[in-house]
Amino acid sequence: MQVKEYKPLIVAFCCNWCSYAGADLAGNNRLNYPADVKIIRVPCSCRVNPMFVLRAFQRGADGVILCGCHPGDCHYTSGNYYTRRRMALLFSMLDYLCIERERTRVEWVSAAEGAKFAATMNDFAEKVAALGENKRLEDLRCKK
Amino acid sequence: MQRIGVFVCWCGSNIAGTVDVVAVAEALKKEPGVVFSANYQYMCSQAGQDLIKNAIKEHNLTGIVVCSCSPRMHEATFRKTAAAAGLNPYMVEIANIREQCSWVHKEMPIGTEKAIILGKAAVAKVNLNTPLVPGESPVTKRALVIGGGIAGIQTALDIADAGFEVDIVEKKPTIGGKMAQLDKTFPTLDCAACILTPKMVDVAQNEKIRIFSYSEVTDVKGFVGNFDVTIKKKARYVKEELCTGCGACTEKCPMKKVPNDFNLNMDTKRAIYIPFAQAVPKVATIDPDYCNMLKNGKCGVCSKVCAAGAIDYTQKDEFIEEKYGAIVVATGFNPISMDKFDEFAYNQSKDVITSLEFERLTNAAGPTAGKLLRPSDHKHPEKIVFVQCVGSRCDACNEKGKEYCSKICCMYTAKHAMLTRDKYPDTEVYVFYIDVRTPGKNFDEFYRRAVEEYGVHYIKGMVGKVVPEGDKLIVQASDLLDNKQLKIEADLVVLAAAIEPDKSARPLATLLTASMDTNDFFTEAHPKLRPVESPTAGVFLSGACQGPKDIPETVAQAGAAASKVIGLLAKDKLTGNPCVAHSNEMMCNGCSSCERVCPYGAITYEDKEFRMPDRTTLMRRIAVVNPAVCQGCGCCTVACPSGAMDLKGFASEQIIAEVDAICK
Repeated sequence: MQVKEYKPLIVAFCCNWCSYAGADLAGNNRLNYPADVKIIRVPCSCRVNPMFVLRAFQRGADGVILCGCHPGDCHYTSGNYYTRRRMALLFSMLDYLCIERERTRVEWVSAAEGAKFAATMNDFAEKVAALGENKRLEDLRCKK
Repeated sequence: MQRIGVFVCWCGSNIAGTVDVVAVAEALKKEPGVVFSANYQYMCSQAGQDLIKNAIKEHNLTGIVVCSCSPRMHEATFRKTAAAAGLNPYMVEIANIREQCSWVHKEMPIGTEKAIILGKAAVAKVNLNTPLVPGESPVTKRALVIGGGIAGIQTALDIADAGFEVDIVEKKPTIGGKMAQLDKTFPTLDCAACILTPKMVDVAQNEKIRIFSYSEVTDVKGFVGNFDVTIKKKARYVKEELCTGCGACTEKCPMKKVPNDFNLNMDTKRAIYIPFAQAVPKVATIDPDYCNMLKNGKCGVCSKVCAAGAIDYTQKDEFIEEKYGAIVVATGFNPISMDKFDEFAYNQSKDVITSLEFERLTNAAGPTAGKLLRPSDHKHPEKIVFVQCVGSRCDACNEKGKEYCSKICCMYTAKHAMLTRDKYPDTEVYVFYIDVRTPGKNFDEFYRRAVEEYGVHYIKGMVGKVVPEGDKLIVQASDLLDNKQLKIEADLVVLAAAIEPDKSARPLATLLTASMDTNDFFTEAHPKLRPVESPTAGVFLSGACQGPKDIPETVAQAGAAASKVIGLLAKDKLTGNPCVAHSNEMMCNGCSSCERVCPYGAITYEDKEFRMPDRTTLMRRIAVVNPAVCQGCGCCTVACPSGAMDLKGFASEQIIAEVDAICK
């Protein structure tokens, strides 16, 4: 029997103004990062409801990363500060539920930081891949 | 059920090189709701757009997904295409399979697989899209310019020229700003006053322009097209409408020892003063910190000599509320304080001065009537040392100065050196520099004239120390090109102090919710393509508040800001962003969580009557979002504990559908 190579599934929420543009810049500069990373565009990192993160883990994601503007640079003045606090709470709760810290991350990537975006995704994907599949929160009923 | 069309773009070989576009189109055809799928070389071309339009009409599509480049690139294009075919433009979703797929992945199977997943997510989202109609808001056809220097003056004149009313708010008693203090301007050496004061008069005489001098902006509410601004008109104790500017009071006032800030405190003025002869408005102002009448009720000389009866000791600060459609920030700059630069002995010797002070010393209207005399003993200096980059281009970890180049110092120092040698050929002039930076029209020629024609000694190297000794200043410096230490006995040392944004800029930025960089310069919406707009809609930037600038650049930027303002004010209505928050009144329990996190104050509460199933009525407090103020960040949607708040265009349901599609 052929063993299928393990590929992590990573969901990245990127804010429209900084990180999504940073991801575009990584593309413009042809900076590679794993195809396991799938980006969802949100207006601001503060739009990401903790529910979305839980949903991703429930549906089998192996890692979730949120990217927003640098503190002080939020297009909406203060959105990323809320993100920082909300996710600090959520991630510590996930940690308590044995979802390793390495599976969750908040990162600030500006529209000019294409290289940082690619480097962040490479690093995150590598760490998540090292942990292997997320079985803890995965809802088996979601599997067909 | 939606009828969705999927359009996969090749983008030449940009996408088709790493993504099997045919396979993507085929795979997405099987997704729920998809009734049509196609691929084409260039979807954004006229032929590609026609393909989309025809498909929308032929297949009665209710939503489309375009798998192409980034939505930041062509979302607007495809929305227009959809609208042209009669589809609501917000029924369009873009799957970014170029920047975030084909360009970052090398292998065809991997790229194709990811493109399909991204396409599925977009289809899942568009399945839940609802048609959105942007709201419209009216435009108040008046502009506010904050700051009355050359930047503010030029912006106001250009806006008024187009027929719109402009108000200038200036914190000093007169407009004119820093340029009014200058003697000559580089590289043409025209007299600053001769080119500035006619503009100041133009402003005063233009019936579309009102000047609020000695005033400050204290509050800003509202949004683009509809700002409500509160202006504090500080009490000047002189009735502006009566004062004729004759100056009798300023000659008779017995309080003579008031530092004259217009001459950088190098001489004195009276407690009632007109900053300079060509001030606009030419109205006297009483300095309450020095006026005897205001301090202890004894004096009243000015009111006795005023033939117009303009003096009013009981005047109070006045608050004026005005409406504007656009706001231009032109708050300008100041030289930094020299307090931290002890090595140059600025605080120990009167003969160590800054360049702006030098400017006043050479100005015919200055404290020495234009004669270059040392401040300490009023003798003619025979040896002058200019020090460049004082506080500019400093080490990041050294907290004394600024990291950036102040841009104007090289040129004005060349000007000072040249003018000194021209007027006083017996004076020896040394300039110590790190680099001489002269990019600009006729700038380098100007600098070379200073060196070659006027014999100014330019020495590469920094001054380490200035020590006052007797009536001389011992300047210790290094000559980097000859690699030797120098000791120069100077009579006058002039420091090219770095420039920084005016201190009023930071609180103003907070009022305007306009962003600033770490140096407190205002940030532009795009460093290259939108240089005169702030990221905050309706706020524009003019002059040195955005970064160090010389006069030609400032005037050019002022004109550019004016043209952007005119473009805005020429519109009758502004179309808003329809992707705003809205609250489901049946679920909202009026807890105020959303209101507390909203950075724009867009959420208010109202009591609404609900009819209950048993035919009784119930009054409930519910949140209401003002769509014209909401910017659509979505922060409130997460704060809402009952899930009543949602964001149009990025609804929770839609994002969850995307998550599900990706994680399938």
